[in-house]
Amino acid sequence: MSTSTLVTLPDQSTAKIPKVNFLNQENGLLSWILTLDHKRIAILYLITTVFFFMIGGAAAAVIRLELLTPAGDLVAADTYNKLFSIHGIIMVFFFLVPIAPAVLGNFLIPLMIGARDVALPRVNLLSWYLFVIGGCFELYMIIFGGVDTGWTFTTPLSTHYVNTHVVGAAMGIFIAGFSSILTGINFIVTIHKMRAPGMTWFRLPLFIWSFYATSIIFVLATPVIAIAMVLIVLERVVGIGVFDPARGGDPILFQHLFWFYSHPAVYVMILPGMGVISEVVSTFSRKRVFGYTAVAFSSVAIAVFSFFVWAHHMFIMGISNYSALVFSLMTMLVAVPSAIKVFNWSATMYKGSIHFDTPMIYTLGFLGLFTIGGLTGVFLATLGMDIHLTETYFIVAHFHYVMVGGMVSALMAGIHFWWPKITGRMYPESLGRLAAIILFIGFNLTFFPQFILGYLGMPRRYWSYPPEFQVLNVFSSAGATILAIGYLLPFLYLPWSITYGEIAGSNPWKATGLEWQTQSPPLMENFPEIPIMDHEAYDYDWLERHQQEVASV
Amino acid sequence: MSETASTTHGVLAGAQHEHPPYQRHHFSSVAQQFDASNFAMWLFLLTEIMFFGGLFTSYLIMRNWYYPAFVAGSHQLSIFLGTTMTAVLIISSFTMAMAVWCAETGRKRDLILSLSLTLLLGVVFLCLKGFEWHGEWVEYHVPGLRFSVENFVNPASDPQVFKEYHDKPLATDMAENVGQYFFLYFVMTGMHALHMIIGVSVLTFMILRARAGDYTSGHVTFVENFGLYWHFVDIVWIFLFPLLYLISRHS
Repeated sequence: MSTSTLVTLPDQSTAKIPKVNFLNQENGLLSWILTLDHKRIAILYLITTVFFFMIGGAAAAVIRLELLTPAGDLVAADTYNKLFSIHGIIMVFFFLVPIAPAVLGNFLIPLMIGARDVALPRVNLLSWYLFVIGGCFELYMIIFGGVDTGWTFTTPLSTHYVNTHVVGAAMGIFIAGFSSILTGINFIVTIHKMRAPGMTWFRLPLFIWSFYATSIIFVLATPVIAIAMVLIVLERVVGIGVFDPARGGDPILFQHLFWFYSHPAVYVMILPGMGVISEVVSTFSRKRVFGYTAVAFSSVAIAVFSFFVWAHHMFIMGISNYSALVFSLMTMLVAVPSAIKVFNWSATMYKGSIHFDTPMIYTLGFLGLFTIGGLTGVFLATLGMDIHLTETYFIVAHFHYVMVGGMVSALMAGIHFWWPKITGRMYPESLGRLAAIILFIGFNLTFFPQFILGYLGMPRRYWSYPPEFQVLNVFSSAGATILAIGYLLPFLYLPWSITYGEIAGSNPWKATGLEWQTQSPPLMENFPEIPIMDHEAYDYDWLERHQQEVASV
Repeated sequence: MSETASTTHGVLAGAQHEHPPYQRHHFSSVAQQFDASNFAMWLFLLTEIMFFGGLFTSYLIMRNWYYPAFVAGSHQLSIFLGTTMTAVLIISSFTMAMAVWCAETGRKRDLILSLSLTLLLGVVFLCLKGFEWHGEWVEYHVPGLRFSVENFVNPASDPQVFKEYHDKPLATDMAENVGQYFFLYFVMTGMHALHMIIGVSVLTFMILRARAGDYTSGHVTFVENFGLYWHFVDIVWIFLFPLLYLISRHS
C-alpha cells in the first residue's frame, strides 16, 4: 500500500516560524563569519561549495559543447586540457569531498546525537577558513592561466613537462586538505564523546555510522596527499625530487602516494550519500532499516577496504602482475559491503508503506544509478577488462555513475529531506519531484552512451574524436543539457522557498531522528534541554506514542 | 518547542549550570571537555604519523635502490651535531613533562620555569639545525640549488670524512643519487623543523598565558595536549636521527 505523500504540515493560517532560531538569534555579517555554531558553519560551507560546483559545472558544459562535433573546433587543445583539469580538481576537492561532510554532517551530526555543538567549534570554523584559503589558490590558478595536468597531477608531466600553475593548484589542495582533516577529527571526537544520555552506538542513526566511516578516511588518508603535494611543489621549485626519473626518482611512487589518498577519497564521495539514503529509505517506507547492524558495519568495512585497493588505478602503470592480482581481488571485495547496503535498503522498502516524496524519488534514482556504477566497478576490477577499458570513456561513465548519479542524487535527497529543518519551510513538492525525474533522465542520457563509447575505444581527455563516435556524443551532450535543467530547478525554487515556502513545523515527515524532535529551524544550542534517548533508532511506534503524549499534554 | 528557553549562549550556560569559567558552553562537564580535546589531539597526531609516513615510505624505497649513495650522503653529516640535537630534544621532552606535572599540581612558578626551559631547548635545537644546514650549503650538498658530486666521485676531496670512513668513489650516476638522499634529508628535517617552529611559537604564547595564571587554576587541557604534540615531534626526530645520520657508521 502506498500513498503519494507523507507530509503533514501545521495549519498554515496559524503556524509561525519559531521566533528565535539559529538563523536570527544573532545578526550581521560578523555574526556569520565568526560564528562557532555548527549549523551556521554548515551554511557557510553550503554557499562556498555551491559556488565551486558552478565553476566546475561551467567547465563541464564547455567540455560537452566541444565534444558535440568530432573536430576540435570550439576551444584549442590546451584550453580543453585546462577545462577538464579544472572540472576535475574543483569537483573532486572543492565540491564532492567537502559538501556532504561539511554541510550535511556539520548541520546534522550534533542534532542527531543530541549534542549542543560539535566537540571543537573553533576548529570547525578554522576548517572553513582553510577551505576558503585553499579555494582562493584554485581561483588564482584558474584566473591566471589554469592547469592542464588533469586532477591526478601525473608525474613527471606535472613536475617537468607543463608550464601551467601546478604549484598554485597543489597548494590549494594541500591547504583544503587540512580542512578535511580537521572536519574528520571533529566528527570522530563528537561522535565518541558528545552523544546524549542513552544514545548508545547501536541506537545511532545509520547516517552517523556513515559519517564516522567517512571521518576515518579523512583522518588517515588526507595527510598522505598533503605530503605528495608538498613533494610535487618542491620538485617543481627546486628541480629535483623523488618523482623525477631523470635523476633516479620514481614516478610510480607518486602514483602510490596519490592513490593511497585518492582511492579512499572516492569513498568519501559516496559514504555520506549512503548515510542519507538510509535515513530517507526508512522514513519514506515507515520501517526500521532492515539489518541495521549489517548496514552500520558495512560502512566501516567500506572505509577499511578503501585503504587496500588503491593500486587498481595503476594496473597499466607498471606494477607487478602479482600485486595487480591481489589488488584486483581486494577491489572485488568492496562489492560485498556495497551490495549489503543495496540489498538491505531494498529489503527495507519491501512491504513498507512507501511514499513518493521528492527525497524518496532521488533515493530510488540513487539505488539504480549507484548499482550500475558499482557493478561497472567490478568490471574494471577485472584485470583483463581493465586493460581494455582503462583511460577510456567507460571509466568516465563508471565514476560519474557513482559520484554524480550516486552521490549528487543522495545529496539532493538529503538537501530536500532536511530543507524544512534547515529553513523551517517546505520546498514546492511538485517542482521537486519534477527536478528529481529530470535529473535521473538527464543523467542517464548523458553518461550511459559513454559506457558504449568507452567500450568501443574512445579515449578520455581528448578534444576531438573519430566521426563514427558522433551520434553517441550528441546524445551525451543533449543529456547534459537536460541534466543542467535538473540542477537549475532546485537552484531556483529552493531560495524561493526560504521566503515563500509553506511553514514546515518541527517534524513534517514524521521521522524518528532526534533532529526532528526539536523546532525548525533549531535553536543556536539545538535543544532547550539535552534529550534522553530511550528507544532504538527508527522506532516508529515510539514516535506515534510520543506524538500522542505531546498532543494530549 | 519552547521559545522561552531561547537565550544567548552565555545566559543559557550561566543560568543553568554551576561550572568553572573555562568550561565551554556545549560540554556538560569539565571531564567531557578534557576527554574530547585530549582524544582530538591523539587523532591529530595520528594524521601526523600518516603525513610523515609518506616521507618515510619514499625514504625507504630510495634507500633500498641507492644504498651506496645513501651511505656516502650520510657520512657527510656530523654525528656529533646529530647526537647533541637528539640529547637537546630528549631533555626538552623531560622539561615538557615537568611542565605538565607543574600545571596539574598548580605550581605556577615552576610551570613558567619548565616551559621557558623547553622553549630554550627548542630554540637551541633549531639553531643547531640551522648551523648544520649552513654547513651543507657551504659544502655544495643542497640538491637543485647548490649541489656538486665532487665529494662522492672523489671522496679524497673531503679529507675529514675520507680519513674516518675511507669511502670508495661512486660511479657518476650513483653519485647523482646522493642528491636523492640530500633531497629527502632536507624535506624530512625541514618538515620536522617546521613542526618545531610551530611548537616554539605556541610555547611562547603559553608562557604568557601561564604568567597570567591560566593553567594553574585547574584547566590543564591545553598544556597536556601541547605536551603530547611536543613529545610527538621529539619521537619523529628519534626516528630521523638513525635513518639519516647512522647509515653504515660501523666501518
